[in-house]
Amino acid sequence: MATRTDFGPPYYKDMLPPIIEKNYGKWKYHERVKPGVLRHVAESGEEIYTVRVGSGRLVSTEWIREVCEIADRFCEGHLRFTSRHNLEFLVSDAEKVEPLLAYLNEHNYPVGGTGHAISNPVHTQGWIHCHTPATDASGIVKAVMDDLYEYFVDWKLPAYCRISLACCLNMCGAVHCSDVAILGIHRKPPHIDHDIVRAKCEIPNVIAACPTGAIRPDPKNKTLTVNEEKCMYCGNCYTMCPGMPLADPVGDGVSIWVGGKISSARSAPKFSRLAIPFLPNNPPRWPEVTSAVRNIVETWARNARKHERMGEWIERVGWERFFELTGIPFSVQLIDDFTLAPETYRSTPTFKW
Amino acid sequence: MTESETPLLDELEKGPWPSFVTEMKRAAKKKESAHDLLRQLERSYNDRIGHWKHGGIVGVRGYGGGVIGRYSDLPEEFPGVAEFHTLRVNMPSGWFYTTEKLRQLCDVWDKHGSGLTNLHGATGDIILLGAPTEALQPCFDDLAEIGFDLGGSGSDMRTPSCCVGPARCEYACIDTLEVLYQITMEFQDELHRPMFPYKSKIKISGCPNDCVAAIPRSDIAVVGTWRDNIQVDPAAVAAYANDGIDIQEEVVDLCPTQCMHWDASTKTLTIEDRECNRCMHCINLMPKALAVGKERGATILVGGKAPIVHGALLSWVVVPFMKMEPPYDEFKDLVRRIWEWWDENGKMRERLGELINRMGMRAFLKAMNLPPSPAMIRAPRANPYYFWDPEEVK
Repeated sequence: MATRTDFGPPYYKDMLPPIIEKNYGKWKYHERVKPGVLRHVAESGEEIYTVRVGSGRLVSTEWIREVCEIADRFCEGHLRFTSRHNLEFLVSDAEKVEPLLAYLNEHNYPVGGTGHAISNPVHTQGWIHCHTPATDASGIVKAVMDDLYEYFVDWKLPAYCRISLACCLNMCGAVHCSDVAILGIHRKPPHIDHDIVRAKCEIPNVIAACPTGAIRPDPKNKTLTVNEEKCMYCGNCYTMCPGMPLADPVGDGVSIWVGGKISSARSAPKFSRLAIPFLPNNPPRWPEVTSAVRNIVETWARNARKHERMGEWIERVGWERFFELTGIPFSVQLIDDFTLAPETYRSTPTFKW
Repeated sequence: MTESETPLLDELEKGPWPSFVTEMKRAAKKKESAHDLLRQLERSYNDRIGHWKHGGIVGVRGYGGGVIGRYSDLPEEFPGVAEFHTLRVNMPSGWFYTTEKLRQLCDVWDKHGSGLTNLHGATGDIILLGAPTEALQPCFDDLAEIGFDLGGSGSDMRTPSCCVGPARCEYACIDTLEVLYQITMEFQDELHRPMFPYKSKIKISGCPNDCVAAIPRSDIAVVGTWRDNIQVDPAAVAAYANDGIDIQEEVVDLCPTQCMHWDASTKTLTIEDRECNRCMHCINLMPKALAVGKERGATILVGGKAPIVHGALLSWVVVPFMKMEPPYDEFKDLVRRIWEWWDENGKMRERLGELINRMGMRAFLKAMNLPPSPAMIRAPRANPYYFWDPEEVK
C-alpha cells in the first residue's frame, strides 16, 4: 500500500466550536472576568467564556482523555491549547462556567495565567528527552511554579510576566525574550573523543560551526583541536559531531536572564539580559533557582509601576539599581564580549550611585 | 512498603503545579517504555547529566523530516527506551480540537508509543514522545488514517504556527488561522523534505501583541496591523473611566508616541492617529472602547532566531504593509523568493537573519526588489562605510 503523504494537518474549521464558527472574525470585545477566565462578546451579542488551565506540558494520554471528558461535559466537546502549554476550555453556556471552575478546583487543575499574572512557562525537553541538555526542563519548571503558584492563579503583579526555560543554548523554547529566562549552560569545553571524530564527523563543518573560531583542524591525526581559551561552551560543535560532548555534572547548570519582552505594547520587543551567570543543577527541586526567580519577580513587583513589564522597569530605574535592589552580585560574565558587545557599554557618566 | 524506584522524582509529585512525574507514572503503569523513561530520568537526577545518545536518523517513507531519532546511552539498563523516537505531528491552526479528534490521536498513540506527549512542543507541534523504530511507519500510517500529518524537523520549513486570531480575538487584523493553513498546504514539500541550509520558521500573529512570538522566534514573521484610525467608542471610554481606570495615568501617559489627550472634565479621549504607532497598549487596556482600524493587513519581518550560531536576533521589518487576502499569493511569492535567495547564498546552518547580516540588508532588499523605507530602521547608519551601485554614479 502506498503511504498517503503531504495531506497536511486537520482542517481547523472542522475543529472549531459552533459558536466560534458562527462569530469567526466578528468578535467585538473581551473582558477579564477573573484570573484565568476571559469573556469574549461578538457583534451578534453572543458570548464565549474561556477558562485557562496550566498544564505541565508533558502529559499522558490518560490526562488527554480526562480533559476531553471535561470538555464533553462543559464545552460540547471542544477545547484548545495555547502556545504556552495551557489548555483552554471554551464555554458557550454562561451557566456552565461556575460549575466548570468548581470541578477544576476540586480536581486540582490550576486556573490562571491571564492578565497581570505569571503565564505558564514555555519550556523544552531537558534530561527527559533531549541529547544536548545542560539541565532538566520539566523539573525546574515544576519547582519554580510550585513556588510561584500564587502568581499564576491570582492578579498580584504590576503587569504580565513570562517565565521560560531552555535546557541549552539551542533555545528550542526561544526563551531569549522573556521577563525571566532560565537557561541551561555548560561551563567546560568539549572533551574530544578522537575516534568518534574520525569515524563520524565532517571536520570542516565542525570547524565552521564554532562561533568563536576555537576549533582548528589537526590534519596529521585526521581530527581537530579546541583552543580552550576561546571556547564559550555553546555546544554547537557537539550538535555537528557526536565526538565532542560537553555535558558534565559539575560544569552544567543554569543561568538567569531578565527583562525580555515579545509584544510591541508600549515598547519594542527586547532580549532578556544576563543577571545570574550560573546556579548549580541541584535536583530534584533546584532551590537556588527557585529562590533566585522569586527574588527577581518580587523585587520587580514591589518596585514597578502598574503595567510596567520587568524590562521596562529595569530600563527606567537602570541596571545599577536592578542589581542593588535584587542584591544580585554583579560579575564580569554579565559584561558582553561577543560580537555586538560595544552596543551594551555605557558611554555617558550619567549613571546612578 | 516497598521502596520507591524514583525517590528524587517522587519529590516532584508534591506541590500545587501539575506534576509531569505523575503523568509519567500514569503512562508507566501501561507501558514498559514509559516506565524505563521514568527510571532513566531518575538516573539523570542522580547523575546530573542526560542519558540520550547523540542524534540518530530515523523516519517514515516519503519524508525526510518529522521524526527525531532518540536512543538511550544506557540501553541495557533501560531497554524500554533503547529506541525512543519522537514524532512531530502537525497541529490544526490555533490548536483547536474536537474531543473526538483528540481521542483518536490517543488511541493511535496508546497502540504504538509510550502514551506520553507534549501538548504542545515549543514550535507548536503535537509531540508524540517515544516509539521504537519498528513502530514509526505503522504509527504514521494510523495517524494518516485519522487525518494527522507530520510536522517539520531538520533543515526544512518547521511547522508554522499562529495565534488564536479571528477565531476568538477582536484584535486580529488578519485571518491568522487561514493564512497558516494555506501556507502549510502550499509548502508541504518544504515542510516534509529538508533541503534548506538550515531550519526556516514562519509564525503569524494577528496584531502587535504577537502572542505566538513571531518577531523573536521566526525567520519570516507576519504581524497583523492597520493603516487607518483606531476605532473609538466615546461612551465606552467614559465607562472605563467611571469603572476605575485612570485614563491619564494608565493609558495616555504610557502611550509611547504621546498621541493621545484625555480631558478628564468631559471624559473625552482624542487620538492623533497619524502619530500613533499601533503598539496596542491603549486597546489592550480598553478593548470595549477602542478597536484596531478597518484598513487591515500585516507587517512582514524577517531574520528572527535563537542564539545558535552567531547570536539571537529579533526579526526586522522588510515589508511595512501587505494586504493579506486569500489566496495570499503576494505573501507566498515573497516566501518563495526569500527561500530561493537564502538557498543560493546561505552557508550550511546559516539562518536567514545571519545571512542578511553577512551579505547586508541592502543585498537582501535588492534581491527581493523591496523598496527601502524608514519603517525598516530604528536609526540610519552612523558610519560613512556605504556602497554605491556604479550605475548610480554617472
